[in-house]
Amino acid sequence: MGYTVAEKILLSHSDADRVEPGQVVMVRCDVVLANDVTGPVAFRQMEKMGTSAVFDPSKVVMVADHFAPAKDERSAILIKRLKDWSLEHGVVFYDQGRGGIEHTLLVQEGWVVPGSVIVGGDSHTCTHGAMGAFSSGLGSTDIAYCLVFGEFWQAVPGTIQVTVSGEKGHFVTGKDVILAVIGQIGAGGGTGNVLEFVGPGVQSLSIDERLAVSNLAVEAGSETGIFPADDQTAAYLDGRTEKAWQPVHSDPDASYSRRIAVDFDRLGPLVAKPHNPENVVPVSEIVGTPIHQVVVGNCSNGTMTDLRQAAEMVKGKRVHERTRMIVVPATQEIYRQAVAEGLVDILVEAGASISTPTCGPCFGGHTGALAPGENALATINRNFKGRSGSPEASVYLGNAYVAAAAAIAGEIVNPAEVAS
Amino acid sequence: MIAAGKAVLVPGTNIDTDVLYPGIYLNIDDPEQMKPYLFEGLDPALRDQLDGDTVLVVGENFGMGSSREHVPLAMKAWGVRCVVGSSFARIFYRNCINLALPAITCPDAVKAAKPGSQISVDAAAGKVTVDGREFTAAPVPPFMLEMLERGGLIPWAQHKLAQS
Repeated sequence: MGYTVAEKILLSHSDADRVEPGQVVMVRCDVVLANDVTGPVAFRQMEKMGTSAVFDPSKVVMVADHFAPAKDERSAILIKRLKDWSLEHGVVFYDQGRGGIEHTLLVQEGWVVPGSVIVGGDSHTCTHGAMGAFSSGLGSTDIAYCLVFGEFWQAVPGTIQVTVSGEKGHFVTGKDVILAVIGQIGAGGGTGNVLEFVGPGVQSLSIDERLAVSNLAVEAGSETGIFPADDQTAAYLDGRTEKAWQPVHSDPDASYSRRIAVDFDRLGPLVAKPHNPENVVPVSEIVGTPIHQVVVGNCSNGTMTDLRQAAEMVKGKRVHERTRMIVVPATQEIYRQAVAEGLVDILVEAGASISTPTCGPCFGGHTGALAPGENALATINRNFKGRSGSPEASVYLGNAYVAAAAAIAGEIVNPAEVAS
Repeated sequence: MIAAGKAVLVPGTNIDTDVLYPGIYLNIDDPEQMKPYLFEGLDPALRDQLDGDTVLVVGENFGMGSSREHVPLAMKAWGVRCVVGSSFARIFYRNCINLALPAITCPDAVKAAKPGSQISVDAAAGKVTVDGREFTAAPVPPFMLEMLERGGLIPWAQHKLAQS
């Protein structure tokens, strides 16, 4: 019996002679990531373990992004702790103004190559599957163990194969592919599994769009969403990394726990209604829902592709008087490029506010919390009750076209109507 | 490993980490200081039931979402001894195991439990007892059992460091 991509990567990063779903193995990490929320908790756990020695500082990355820029003293103390620890241990630290949102940043900076194992103290570490890596979001005690020993325990997951086919229509993006999957299998439907994306439709998903797909794999309960490396992956990595890598593909006789399909020919823009990402409906089903805040950004959809889509929608128009629009470029590099391309000017002219890269408005931390009774349409990954501020607010998830169109219309609208 | 306590029911399916511990309180890294915010987005009154040794009884896909260890850290700080559920989200489950807080899958026990029921859990034997009635739980894999027996990932790490 052959192996899936996930099984092959776990086999190559463990001492096991063979692997099968359910088997627990110790897996070696190529990158260990944490942020200002999960890092300091991990450092406490490390102290309890009785050591401060890091297994390999060259494989450790710390990013200040959740409460950065610090919203209050308590947040500033956490960020300082992250920075001081990083300097003391000689690991890479991305401070505000020097990095951005951790997952987009790590991919951009060439930390992630196909076939590697990326672990992070953040559930959206699953994003790195877009590069053909096995990536896993872990808690802080796990991260502490990884910092000391460079490995973590892992029950080998099964693999759900997602075949993408058809011609992608206008205003349809990677976000719609993953919302379709979550709608199909449910918020717990991928538990104990990775998603593996294959088929002719994968070619029409850029790296930016794949990042959005993989980013929401955890919203289906999955460990990660893997795109086996292809020409686009290679072209993206060219000049971006010095790490050696080889593409990893599943064997033809690999065993899958389930096979599902997404057909672009039958896929329009989708929205996930409150308060669970599995509440997926076509945009057309909920047009007219008033929207008080739009957020374009976050680790799922803060890429150049997303900013271009948002700018395309709002160019020469004004954000509706009912609505606030917040745009969060995911990294400093993306911010600069958006300025260079004139996107920032288009967005600001339309009435959008541009934020420094931060996770703040996504998790309700700061920079865009919602009041009771307000509705948001956001390109983020979670619409849980209270996720972005008041528990009496409602968050709808959609792609950047859908979000920007809602900002112009002041309500949920089919993007084609705003574009025409 | 035997864990026992009084049942506190947390009803609902797909209870996510954000209602269990809202993001605004994530800038706290001391478990004692996390206690006042457990269940804050779900039902703050649940905290009033966390008196002495308790066992949380939860529904399907409990703990979905974030990797925030604040949830099980705050549970442990409140004296929660075990979580018995219909099913668990992945990261929440592994956080519990790493902190030696048994997360036991046993849908029949979940159905049988009432507020205040006396629950005891024998993870190795795969048994959950609710007010004297015994139910069979999903087997806990040997690795996770060993982790629970050792007291979680921190003692596990201490042991490994002592060996090297």
